Amino acid sequence: MATAHSRTAARLMLSPAVLLLLLWMIVPLGMTLYFSFLRYNLLMPGMETFVGFDNYYYFVNQPAFWSALSNTLVLVLGVLCITVIGGILLALLLDQPFWGQGIVRVLVIAPFFVMPTVSALVWKNMFMNPVNGMFAHAAKALGLQPFDFLSHAPLASIILIVAWQWLPFATLILLTALQSLDREQQEAAEMDGAGWFQRFIYLTVPHLTRSITVVILIQTIFLLSVFAEILVTTNGGPGTASTNLTYLVYAQSLLNYDVGGGSAGGIIAVILANIVAIFLMRMIGKNLEA
Amino acid sequence: MARKVSNTRKTVVTLAAWSIGFLIFFPILWIIILGFKSEGDAIKTPLQVLFSDWTLQSYHDVQARSNYARHFWNSVILSVGSTMIALAIAIPAAWSMAFVPGKRTKDLLMWMLSTKMMPAVGVLVPMYLLFRDFGLLDSRIGLVGVLTLINLPIVVWMLYTYFKEIPGEILEAARMDGASLRSEILYVLTPMAVPGIASTMLLNIILAWNEAFWTLQLTTSQAAPLTQFIASYSSPEGLFYAKLSAASTMAIAPILILGWFSQKQLVRGLTFGAVK
Repeated sequence: MATAHSRTAARLMLSPAVLLLLLWMIVPLGMTLYFSFLRYNLLMPGMETFVGFDNYYYFVNQPAFWSALSNTLVLVLGVLCITVIGGILLALLLDQPFWGQGIVRVLVIAPFFVMPTVSALVWKNMFMNPVNGMFAHAAKALGLQPFDFLSHAPLASIILIVAWQWLPFATLILLTALQSLDREQQEAAEMDGAGWFQRFIYLTVPHLTRSITVVILIQTIFLLSVFAEILVTTNGGPGTASTNLTYLVYAQSLLNYDVGGGSAGGIIAVILANIVAIFLMRMIGKNLEA
Repeated sequence: MARKVSNTRKTVVTLAAWSIGFLIFFPILWIIILGFKSEGDAIKTPLQVLFSDWTLQSYHDVQARSNYARHFWNSVILSVGSTMIALAIAIPAAWSMAFVPGKRTKDLLMWMLSTKMMPAVGVLVPMYLLFRDFGLLDSRIGLVGVLTLINLPIVVWMLYTYFKEIPGEILEAARMDGASLRSEILYVLTPMAVPGIASTMLLNIILAWNEAFWTLQLTTSQAAPLTQFIASYSSPEGLFYAKLSAASTMAIAPILILGWFSQKQLVRGLTFGAVK
């Protein structure tokens, strides 16, 4: 049992972390909320006026908003599909015994440690560039016309880049989960005559479900905020073809200096992320009880 | 008991796994190769690139032209600095939640986690204005602060899951033997907590090194870390493939090496202990 003395000490030790996070949570978010109700342009300082929900109205009613919203969803769903399905298959493969497991594991995980600006630029220039990129060289070698990925399929190209970065994450987590599978249970099932497929459906899949959910939720949180990859490859274009919500808010507030409109967009992004966060928090909270 | 696997099957799996591993790693391998080629050779067809001469020219050029060293040190200072401050704040907090849990500990942990769920863009405008008004734009000190705050929840959580694994009975035994709170922390807990703290530190340095939202928004040149420096190649300069490759290789090499040491911790840290 902890003594009263150690309780006080514990509270003191806890307070800096709590206070800092509280400030971090309240001050900037409160300011965003406040700005979102103002007409506030950085080019016209001192002209701020209260405009109610006007910023929200104009932000949502610009054509760019709906394309940004759908781009955000397509980006998140596209990357999730590739990484989750690819991750399951890859984890199942890497879980088999083979020569050089350690090395292959390292090769597969490596992209996750590459900083976003590097991976985006490498894909943009060395692979997707229509003149000197590797895909263009390959197309020419096959006698085909090189394809300009980033101007004709910008969103799909960005999905590919981001999926390359996140596939290792999904694979690593699912592999970790597979390796904690009860081997004895597997063997018992095998002795009782369960085939590979039956063991997969009735033992492996239920065991993986939780980890898959965790992968989906955590990736969604990060994927909703993809930014650097878009900034260095397409700048959101052509037009708004690869603008997601994060990029739109950035463009509106720091490129067009519209603080009010950008803030309204920021609040919308927070609401969107919170919908996902609630599910994720429930999952993790349950785990805390166990 | 290890299951017996036929050699044929093992060979097939080996081939498949190595091919896929190679394919996934290939973009990284390719920039490592291109970094050692001349600009003229780097844009040729892949086969011509492979058989052209090797050179260190691009590495010299990058160092000479672009203050590479300054950006590298900015990355080191930002990632290590923010990690150390976060650890200094989080270790006491995680310690007290793991060993002197109260009724609200679980709520507190969940709340800390929820701050990590806030998308950065939601506070972009006020942070930018605050940085501007306090003269913190393009300063290392401001960015260290932001990086500390965005990673603090992960650090607290990781430490908490590690500290939770230290059996409480040991502490009680120490208390029975008359150990004070101070000596309890110093002589009993610390030695047992060091591995967990080290893994947390490693993962957090990686996350801070690769952070590419705030570093891109709040720095331009003086305080710019490698993320921003590489992003500056996105304009016409990006067409210098060999230099871009050399700069990229130098930017990712330290983290690739650290990352290989921390695969296991990565899982625990990024899933907030939900998968171990």
